[in-house]
Amino acid sequence: MSNVLYDLPGPKARLRYRLIGVLSALGIVALIAYIVWRFYDTGQFEPIRWEQFEYAQTQRDLVDGYLTTLRAAGTAAVLALALGALLATGRLSDHAVFRAPASAFVELFRAIPLLILIFFAYYGPIQLGYKVGAFWPLVIGLTLYNGAVLSEIFRAGIIAVARGQSEAAYALGMRKTQVMTSILLPQAVRAMLPAIISQVVVLLKDTALGFIIQLPELLYYGKQYGGRLTFGFPYVPGYLVVAAVYIGTCALLSWFAFWLQKRLMGGPKQAKTTAKAVKLADVGQSV
Amino acid sequence: MRITRIAAAAAAVTLALGLAACGKEGTPAPSAEGGSSGAAAPASDACTSSGTTLTPATGVAITGSPTFDRIKAAGKVVIGVKFDQPNLGYKDASGKRCGFDIEIAQLIASKLGFDASKIEYKEIASANRETAIKGGEVDYYVGTYSITDKRKADVSFAGPYFVAAQDLLVRKDDTTITGSDSIKGKAVCSATGSTPIQRVRDQKLTDKIVEFKTYSECVSQLLDKKVDAVTTDDAILKGFAAQAPSQLKVVGKPFLDPTTGKAYPEKYGIGLGHDDKALRDFVNASLEAAYGDGTWQKIYDGTLGKSGSAGSPPALEKY
Amino acid sequence: MNDFVHVLTDNWDVIGSHFWETIQLFLIAAVGSMVLGTLLVAMRVSPVPALRAFGSAYVLLLRNTPLTLVFALQVFALPKLGVTFEFFTGACVALTAYTSAFVCEALRSGINTVPVGQAEAARALGMTFIQVLTNVVLPQAFRTVVPPLVSVLNAMLKNTTVAAGFSVAEAGAITFYLSERGENQIYGLLWVAIGFLILVVPLVTLQRTLERRWKVAR
Repeated sequence: MSNVLYDLPGPKARLRYRLIGVLSALGIVALIAYIVWRFYDTGQFEPIRWEQFEYAQTQRDLVDGYLTTLRAAGTAAVLALALGALLATGRLSDHAVFRAPASAFVELFRAIPLLILIFFAYYGPIQLGYKVGAFWPLVIGLTLYNGAVLSEIFRAGIIAVARGQSEAAYALGMRKTQVMTSILLPQAVRAMLPAIISQVVVLLKDTALGFIIQLPELLYYGKQYGGRLTFGFPYVPGYLVVAAVYIGTCALLSWFAFWLQKRLMGGPKQAKTTAKAVKLADVGQSV
Repeated sequence: MRITRIAAAAAAVTLALGLAACGKEGTPAPSAEGGSSGAAAPASDACTSSGTTLTPATGVAITGSPTFDRIKAAGKVVIGVKFDQPNLGYKDASGKRCGFDIEIAQLIASKLGFDASKIEYKEIASANRETAIKGGEVDYYVGTYSITDKRKADVSFAGPYFVAAQDLLVRKDDTTITGSDSIKGKAVCSATGSTPIQRVRDQKLTDKIVEFKTYSECVSQLLDKKVDAVTTDDAILKGFAAQAPSQLKVVGKPFLDPTTGKAYPEKYGIGLGHDDKALRDFVNASLEAAYGDGTWQKIYDGTLGKSGSAGSPPALEKY
Repeated sequence: MNDFVHVLTDNWDVIGSHFWETIQLFLIAAVGSMVLGTLLVAMRVSPVPALRAFGSAYVLLLRNTPLTLVFALQVFALPKLGVTFEFFTGACVALTAYTSAFVCEALRSGINTVPVGQAEAARALGMTFIQVLTNVVLPQAFRTVVPPLVSVLNAMLKNTTVAAGFSVAEAGAITFYLSERGENQIYGLLWVAIGFLILVVPLVTLQRTLERRWKVAR
C-alpha cells in the first residue's frame, strides 16, 4: 500500500526490496549470532554462571525485589495520579491564587531531575535528624516528578474535550466544579488513558533508581547476584534475567493500555477527543 | 502489536516460574578443579562460622541510651553490615551470613541480651553508613568501618576491634604495580566514601580514580581490565584474592605514612549514634571482656585468620 | 545564607567541572541519538520486512528497559563480550542507545501526520523520492516533530544524572563528593537543582516557542 514515503512497488522495485530484505536479514542474523558467540566464548553460558539461580534463596530474593519494585511503583502511581489531578485543576482555575502556585510547582518539578529529587527526600530528612529508610524517599521523589508530568497530561486531556460539552453544561446552569468533575474529567481521563498508562510504565522503570539509595528492589538484587566472584561474576545472566522481568512487566502494562484504549473507544466523537488529546501530550513526556 | 503480545506472554511465563520458586535449598559445596574454557574453579561460596558459641546475657540494662531503649522496645537488634566481603561480611547463595564483622556483631548482640535469631541485618554501602546511623535505620554498624576524626563529627565509635592496613589488589599477571608509589597514571578503583580512596585522592597518587558503591563491582572491573588496581584494606582484599587465587593477588606492600614510616592504620570500629555515650561504654566493656577471655581470638582464627595472617586484639580507644 | 553561598564558592571546582561533564555528555548523546534515531525510523518505515522487524524489536526492548539497567549492562555486561569503553564513553553509548528509541518514535509520529495525499500529489507531478522528501514531506513533518523532539532531549538532559551511579563524575555525583568533604548536603543539592534549572529552562522555552509558532490547525 502506498504511504507518504514510497509508492506501490513495481517489478524492479520489488526485486530491489527483496534483495535488500535478504541482505539485511542476513546482516541481522549475523549480528545476533556474533553476540551469542561472544557470550559463549567468554563463558557466559557455563553452568557455574547460572548455578546461583537454581537456589531457592536467590529466587526468593529476586521475587522479593520484584515485589518491592511493584509496591514502590504502585504507591507512587496512586499518589502521583492524585497529585496530578489536583495540580491540573489548579492550573485551569480561574483564580490566580490557585493558578500561579500550581504552575510554579509543575514547572519546578518537571525541571529538576528525578534522581536529585530522590536525593533531597533521602539526605534532607536525615540531615535534619529524621529516620526515613529508602522506600519513602523513592516514592516521594517519583510522586513529585510524575505528579507534575501527569498534571500536564490531565490538562491536555481536559482541554481536548470538545468545547460544546462544557458550553452545554454551563448553559444547563452547572457550577465550575460540577462541570469539571461530572463532564470534563471523565472524558479527559478516557481520552488520556494511553498516555497515563505509559507514564505509569515510566514510573515503574524509574523505581530502578532506588538501587542508588540502597533500596532492595529488583535491580539491586540483580547487581548483588551478579557481583559474586565465586560464581564467576555472573553479571550477564543476572542482568538478562532482570531485564527480561522488566521488559515483560512493562510490555504487559503497555499492552494493557492498548487493550483498554480499544475497549473504551466509544464512537467517533470519543476517538476524535482521544486523537486530539494524544497529539497535545507529546511523546517526550514518557522518556 | 503482535510482538508486544508475545513479550507479554513471555513475561507471564517468567513470572509464574519465578513465583513457583522451584529452587534448591542451600548453596553449592566446593567443586573440584576443572571448570570449562579456562575459568578457575571457584572457592567455596558456602558460609562456615568460626564455631564460637555465644550465649545471650540476661537482665541487661543500660541507662541513658536511647538506642538501647529502642532495641528493647522493638525486641530485636538492627545491625548494618556488608554482604560482599568474603571472611568479613559475606552473604552466601543460601542467605547465610558469615565473617569476622558478622560474628563481632553477633557477639555484641549477645552481650546486649539478644541471640542470633533476634538480629535483623541491613546491607548498607560504605557511602551511606553515616546517614543510616544518624537516621536510625540501624542500631549499630559493623562493616570494615574505619575510625576517623571526620566521621566522629557524625557518629561515634566503639573499639577498634581490628586494625588493617591499606593495600592494593591487582591481576595475577600484573608486574608493574608493586606498591603505592607505582600507581601513577593507572586506574585505581575503590568504594565511594571509603578512607582508602580519600587518601589516594588527597595524596594525588594517581589521577584516574574510579568509584563504585561496592568492592565486588571494583573487582569485576579489575578482572575485565577496565581498572588496574583495587585499593582498600588488606583484610578485604585478601578475601577476594582467596576466592580467585589464579587471577588475583594482593601486592602485599601496605601504604606507609611518610612521617612515621609505619603503615596507615585502618582501625575498624563499631559505628554508633553520635551522642550515645552509655551504649559506647557498654560496647567497649563487652569488647574488652571478649579480648580477655579468648572469644575474640577464637572468632578471628575461624574467619580472617583462615587467610594465614595471625592477629591479636588491638588497644581500645575509649572516649 | 552565607553558608549557602559558601557551599558553592568553596566547592566550585567540583560543581563546575561536574556540570561541564553533564553538558558534554548531553551534547554527545544528543547528536548520537538523533543520528541513531533517524536510522531506526528509516528502518521502521522501510518497505523491507526484516528491517521493520529489527527496528520495532529494538524500540520495544529499549523503551521497556529502565535506563539504569541499560547503564548497568553497559558497565558490567559489555566487557564480558570483549567490548570495553571508558566510563564516560560508555555513558554516552548507553544514553544514546536508550534515547534513540524515543527519538525514533517521535520522528515516526511526525511522518505519520503528513497526509498521504500530499505525497501522492507530489509523485503524480513527477517528483523523485528525494524531491518529495525534501520539498513536501519533511517540511510538514518537521513542524510536528520538533516540539516532541525537544521534549525528548529535555528528558535526556535530566537522565544524564543516572550516570552518577556508574562512576561518571557528572552533576548527579556532586552530592557524593560534597558529603565526602563534609559539606551541608541540603545546600549542595539545592545548588545542583539550581544548576539544572539553569540548563533546562532554555530547552523548555525553546519548546514552548516552537509549539506556539508552529501550532497547526487541526
